[in-house]
Amino acid sequence: MASAPETLQVPRGRSSLERTRGSGLLDRILKWGLTALSIGVILLIAYFFEVLIADSRPVFAQTGFFSFVFNSEWVPSQALYGALPLLVGTLITSAIALVIGVPIAVATALYITELASPRVRAPLTILVELLAAVPSVVYGLWGFFFLIPKLKPAEQWFSDTFAFLPFVGGTVSGPNYFIAGLILAIMIIPIVSAISREVMTTVPRENKEAALALGATRWEMIRMAVLPYSKGGITGGAMLGLGRAIGETIAVTIVIGNAPEIGKTIFSQGYSLAAVIANEFGEAASDKVHRAALIAAGLVLFLLTLAINALARYFVNRASRGQRAASKPAAGMAG
Amino acid sequence: MSSVSLQPVSGRRKRADRGARAIVALFTGIALIPLFFILYYLLKEGLGAWSWDFFTTDPTGSFLGDPGGIKSAILGTIEMVAIATAVAVPIGVGVAIWLVEYGRQSWLATGVRYFIDVMTGVPSIVFGLFVYITLVVTNFGGASFAGYKGAIALALLMLPVVTRSAEVVLLLVPNTLREAAYALGAPRWKVIFKIVLPTALPGMVTGILLAIARAAGETAPLLFTATIVNATTFNLGDRMNSLPALIFQDVGQAQDRLVQIAWGAALTLVAMILILTILARLVQRRSRLS
Amino acid sequence: MTPDPTPLTVTDEPHTEPVVSPSLASAATHTATTEPVQREARTITLEKLNAWYGDQHSIKDLSLTFAPNQATALIGPSGSGKSTVVRCINRMHEEIPGARASGAVKLDDFDVYDPKVDVVAVRRAIGMVFQKPNPFPTMSIFDNVASGLRLTARKVDPGHVESALRDAGLWEEVKDRLRKPGIGLSGGQQQRLCIARALAVEPDVLLMDEPASALDPISTLKIEELVQELKSRVTIVIVTHNMQQAARVADQTAFMLDGQLVEIGPTSRIFTNPTDSRTEEYVTGKFG
Repeated sequence: MASAPETLQVPRGRSSLERTRGSGLLDRILKWGLTALSIGVILLIAYFFEVLIADSRPVFAQTGFFSFVFNSEWVPSQALYGALPLLVGTLITSAIALVIGVPIAVATALYITELASPRVRAPLTILVELLAAVPSVVYGLWGFFFLIPKLKPAEQWFSDTFAFLPFVGGTVSGPNYFIAGLILAIMIIPIVSAISREVMTTVPRENKEAALALGATRWEMIRMAVLPYSKGGITGGAMLGLGRAIGETIAVTIVIGNAPEIGKTIFSQGYSLAAVIANEFGEAASDKVHRAALIAAGLVLFLLTLAINALARYFVNRASRGQRAASKPAAGMAG
Repeated sequence: MSSVSLQPVSGRRKRADRGARAIVALFTGIALIPLFFILYYLLKEGLGAWSWDFFTTDPTGSFLGDPGGIKSAILGTIEMVAIATAVAVPIGVGVAIWLVEYGRQSWLATGVRYFIDVMTGVPSIVFGLFVYITLVVTNFGGASFAGYKGAIALALLMLPVVTRSAEVVLLLVPNTLREAAYALGAPRWKVIFKIVLPTALPGMVTGILLAIARAAGETAPLLFTATIVNATTFNLGDRMNSLPALIFQDVGQAQDRLVQIAWGAALTLVAMILILTILARLVQRRSRLS
Repeated sequence: MTPDPTPLTVTDEPHTEPVVSPSLASAATHTATTEPVQREARTITLEKLNAWYGDQHSIKDLSLTFAPNQATALIGPSGSGKSTVVRCINRMHEEIPGARASGAVKLDDFDVYDPKVDVVAVRRAIGMVFQKPNPFPTMSIFDNVASGLRLTARKVDPGHVESALRDAGLWEEVKDRLRKPGIGLSGGQQQRLCIARALAVEPDVLLMDEPASALDPISTLKIEELVQELKSRVTIVIVTHNMQQAARVADQTAFMLDGQLVEIGPTSRIFTNPTDSRTEEYVTGKFG
């Protein structure tokens, strides 16, 4: 060998392979550093939870957890903290968002994966995803200056015509539950659509071809092969959307009307848990119980999203586990 | 009688097929209506507000005279998002590396993944509340509201997004590359820094840019951490303005000039986020991992 | 760090000679050690080696010697543990979660499983070429060859990269595009790039885990010729499922079944006159 490579050779003898004191030190530093970082993340969230509980204690001490959640009078000036109107507002707007948003999101996913020509698939996907790029406050701005005035006549007509339905009728107020729900529906379409698309693309081709080979029309194929297979995933996606809708703050704050009462119809003003925190934190700085009440509202919000996201994960995981189990024998046969 | 007769598909089934397909297409169209309306209004109302002065002067806070521009909000958003990125990215990528290269399927890794998932679901306003309780109310650092506290709230929001996306990309790095490097006698830290991270880089940049785009549009956590002011500041310990907070404040004002400023600021914010999103997609296309 | 464009002029350089012989056929008839030993490599001895994947006991009490400066082929049906054996030699086996090994693997008289030993140093002394070519996708051809040196914190000399590429028979094909990405090469070129990458670290032993199984016949022949050239400097262990390949390149052949050694001996004897009936059945194609 030439002289230059000679110096590069690992020297012979016992010492060359033995561990030196410095060797592996950086490895150990990196390993334990990263481990500490990861444990830090767990501790941070544990602390986060602890702080929320500790700092909401004053209001629970005053009213008790049960009456905090189920009393319907929220009047901070009289130290009355019943969060039911807020909870109801959060649930009603989120429910409206699901009823409007999920069918539309699933339809976009079906159209993109099964019906659209390959050329328009990518542009359509990008357009749907653009909905997620619009910030919450911009939805609020648009909802306040465009949706509220333009939709009011239509809402009033609907309210008068269908007054016999429950929760419909009477005078429509400008900002209301329905507008907030509609905006939330638009905001959850991208995520529900993305997850539905993901599960629909994993439907095995054999299943779809089996349906078509039996003489099914395109729609019958979707009903026989695509929808049953992706049901779990779609449910999970809808749950994730629900989690988003429940925690959404600014857009709702702008268009819900901020009236701490339980509205009689879906066209009444209301309030939500997140909106009350955004609006009242300023005045609450000096009042310990008021502040605790807002933190408690945050805690309820947190627990609600935690439960819903756990449910969402359960559905999504079950769907993907089912798919893995279903695809395994197929892979085995191929190999 | 030699011809084969195909039984025609019944009219009812054909109509059901055509009807269902039409409904699906119609719903897809409906999904895009708000997008077009929002973009249309943003351009129509927002472009009118844009001018040189709009970008180069601070808001005056005056209700009667000239309301000023949005300079402090643009700079505040950039400053806070930059700090949040500088905090969230190293931690998020570090945790992702630990999960993929060290933790793998251990119980600790499962726990970390679970907590990161929990973080993803936490509403942004609750993060704001947390920073408000721990740093603002306690007058941490000698002042109540501060730009860096807003940045911390944004960083908490970004952390799970960065970690999750980085973990997914790191898992895509083929194991054969790690093995090749180990077989050459490379120590683990070098395999991570010289082989795994460079290979995963484009994909991780995509995830990071999307996290930044999300943080830039957040209002709720900033309202009670950095709050809303008029003046531009480069001191992170001061109260700091931001585009979303400025828009939120101006929506509430019943004054046409301020509303127009809100539209102009909204167009600016959406343009910034769109640029980040497009950049993210371009980087993603360059990634060698699928 | 641009490579020296002129070839090295040192007269005793083995690689100033064209490494790839123009006649590919010559390799096919090549079976014995005819290359002069230019660098004394080390002996590998396995003593009571056992390996597990989780609960699965995949190598059972294997004892075996790989002679220095020779090529030893490991043959056997799939699942017989051939690949696991080579992965145990440079301690790559333990990189798989749940995998463990016991026993001794000696490099000359030095046990690489000694607790005092630095795994990283073991892998520098024992190079490895994998089944599928795996050049680093973010690196150029030059950087791929230099990567082993950089990853082990050594100076990179462009002449050294050139000589590694020459040793791998790739220099003439890539000398004008050293800055192009390594993954732009053909499969066979990529595999020779991976061999150059392993050689640049100057190992004493080269482990090859079915190095040609993903390649076309012409590229396969080039790899086989390389094995012949390289054993003048390193001890080679080559896993193969292709018996013709074993017959062409190996001085010694070991036949494995169910994680155990059935028989080892000079290649010509294993293929013509095996002592064990199972070996005979395998080499004559009765099973596997």
